[in-house]
Amino acid sequence: MVDAAFGPQPGKRPDVSGPHQSYLNMVRQKRIYSAIFLVLLIVLLSGGFHLAEGRNAGGFLNGLPMLGAFPSEILSEGWADRANVPGLALHFIPSLIETLNIAAVSTLVGGLCAAFLSLMSTRGLAPLPRLTPVFRRTMDALRALPDVVIALVLIYVLGGGPIPAVIAISIHTSGALGKLFSEAAENADLKPVEGLTSTGATWGQRIWLGVIPQVAPNWASYLLMRFEINVRASAILGFVGQGGIGADLKIAMQWGTGKYDQVVAIFIILFLTIVVIDRTSDWLRTRLTKGARHG
Amino acid sequence: MVDASLITRIETSFERRKLMSFAILAVIFAYLVYAAISFDILGVASRARMDNAQNLLSDFWSYKVHVTRDNRNGSVTSAIDGDQRYSYAPDWVKTQGDTTRIDLGGGSLVTYDASGAHFVVPGYGTIALAVTEGKVILTTPQPLPDWISASDTRVGITTPAGKLNFTKSKVETLRYFPGWELFFFTFDSPFYGKSFGQLVALSLWEPRLDASQSNIGQIAHDFLTNSMWHHGDVFWAVFETLLMAFLGTFSAAIIALPLSFLAASNMMPFAVPRFAMRRIFDFIRGLDALIWTLILVRAFGPGPMTGALAIMMTDTGLFGKTFSEALENIDEKQVEGIRSTGAGAIQRARFGVIPQIMPILMSQVLYNLESNTRSATVIGAIVGGGIGLLLTQAIGTQKDWEDVAYYLILIVLMVIIMDWLSGLIRRKLIKG
Repeated sequence: MVDAAFGPQPGKRPDVSGPHQSYLNMVRQKRIYSAIFLVLLIVLLSGGFHLAEGRNAGGFLNGLPMLGAFPSEILSEGWADRANVPGLALHFIPSLIETLNIAAVSTLVGGLCAAFLSLMSTRGLAPLPRLTPVFRRTMDALRALPDVVIALVLIYVLGGGPIPAVIAISIHTSGALGKLFSEAAENADLKPVEGLTSTGATWGQRIWLGVIPQVAPNWASYLLMRFEINVRASAILGFVGQGGIGADLKIAMQWGTGKYDQVVAIFIILFLTIVVIDRTSDWLRTRLTKGARHG
Repeated sequence: MVDASLITRIETSFERRKLMSFAILAVIFAYLVYAAISFDILGVASRARMDNAQNLLSDFWSYKVHVTRDNRNGSVTSAIDGDQRYSYAPDWVKTQGDTTRIDLGGGSLVTYDASGAHFVVPGYGTIALAVTEGKVILTTPQPLPDWISASDTRVGITTPAGKLNFTKSKVETLRYFPGWELFFFTFDSPFYGKSFGQLVALSLWEPRLDASQSNIGQIAHDFLTNSMWHHGDVFWAVFETLLMAFLGTFSAAIIALPLSFLAASNMMPFAVPRFAMRRIFDFIRGLDALIWTLILVRAFGPGPMTGALAIMMTDTGLFGKTFSEALENIDEKQVEGIRSTGAGAIQRARFGVIPQIMPILMSQVLYNLESNTRSATVIGAIVGGGIGLLLTQAIGTQKDWEDVAYYLILIVLMVIIMDWLSGLIRRKLIKG
């Protein structure tokens, strides 16, 4: 806090003759600010929850005892029909694979678009420096669009199936990854690029040989992280729109009592898949970034 | 003199890397081909409804005026989007007795009369439509082009200038105009058709149009209660979405902060509760927002509070993990300094730990606030709250695409503003 107390502005300089007193004053002022912030946050949170509860169909306290009812209903029926669950889990594997395929393809396609967009919008690398703001704003807009919304509009045009989901998630992915990619590319060392330029390399060669090897570990790590996110997104998309394990879950839940063994089977395989993917990608990402750090 | 074996070694390693990168690209390509086959891309291409796409896109940027003649009583009305509440008399529609002339521009002309209708299409000829003995009779230059669909009961003509639908009971001409008509004020508002400058003058110094209310208040009221675009309801829905994101993110942070102390190895010396807490965080994150939302909707019913709670659940797991990682990376020296003054555990946490992790925490929370604004839109579609609900309803009708475009623009603006705002505050926090 010493450097903050003796700031560059002469007006804010504290009284040096009594450092103890001025330090205490500063601490007190800081605490008052924190207290005001905390009180404001609590007021906003409680007020907000009150407002949201008023707009809700059921109240919080009325619903609280019911919180366990639905899971226990599902679990008890799942337990009663536990003999069916492994078979049903196997039955839903194809739709799980479809969900994973949607996530993987859109991560790859979105990643390719993101690589292009990020190289176009990184200072020092962009072949058309004047257009970098345009590409940046494009990425912002692509990132802002929720994938479900794009998917629902596309379903109207393209009909059902996985393609609208792939396009929707790819669009969002290219914006989100593009930002991360260009941050990584901005931190890349430009010396190899200069060296390549001096040999007369084209833009493509400079990027492929000078930039990509530097950013590859980071980019791969971001891709893996995005794949995790996209698996979840594609499950939700299935639930709201069509296709994959999400759609099966929706049908099973709409059916209600009698199909809860299916719900349990889907929950189990979805949960296991997400945990396995999270773990694997966590492990791979640590390896990638650690490896990059050692050269 | 360079060692020759070194050169060969470097060359072979270069070759191997080159092959590796090509192999990776080949695997990715093969996977994409497999996916294209399993997704049935060709089938989708053949099933795609390009007419739907055209409807959607034209609705996005234009509005249409329906000029309708009721054949039973001969009355002619012109209304925006065919809604009788918004009927008016455009200057390109002229009625004289039984005859109505509709000028579609560029030489296209539609005439309604007692016997039926004529449509003059430049470069093609005149299409005559009439009803004889209960059947629709179409007289037109042969062969029949594919933009005319005809049957005994109904004829539909689609040209770039406009559309004509002819049935026994009514004739309807649709003319398209760019823009979103009545976006600010409907016909019943005194401010309809006024320019921006006029509105500013009215609201600041001109006399009151309605003695009981100030002009600016009336402008706001007429705009927000616009019966075609429902701006008031839409803005409220956007606010509700932001509210869900705010409540969910901050309550998750408040819950996760104390719990993350239990999961950090330098704060919790006992392995069992630490391990249990970490598994709980993993479980909450693994179960996914979708499943939490479904469970919570059953208990609390649809609405924004359910959405906020769903965001809170998933983010508690995420924050628990990141906060406990931040706690494990703190500098122990400050804590020791505080310990040397004889401070207890709570005081050590308050003065030694919290000031160190606060910037990381706040930056994480703000980052999530931004990404949760987007999630709140999606969760709102499932729990029935906020702009997500309005959007899925508008998409569900499959015709209010101008509303969809409006909501999309609002969502993009909302997310970009939140992104910008959270980035601004985060940069301020990191700088100190």
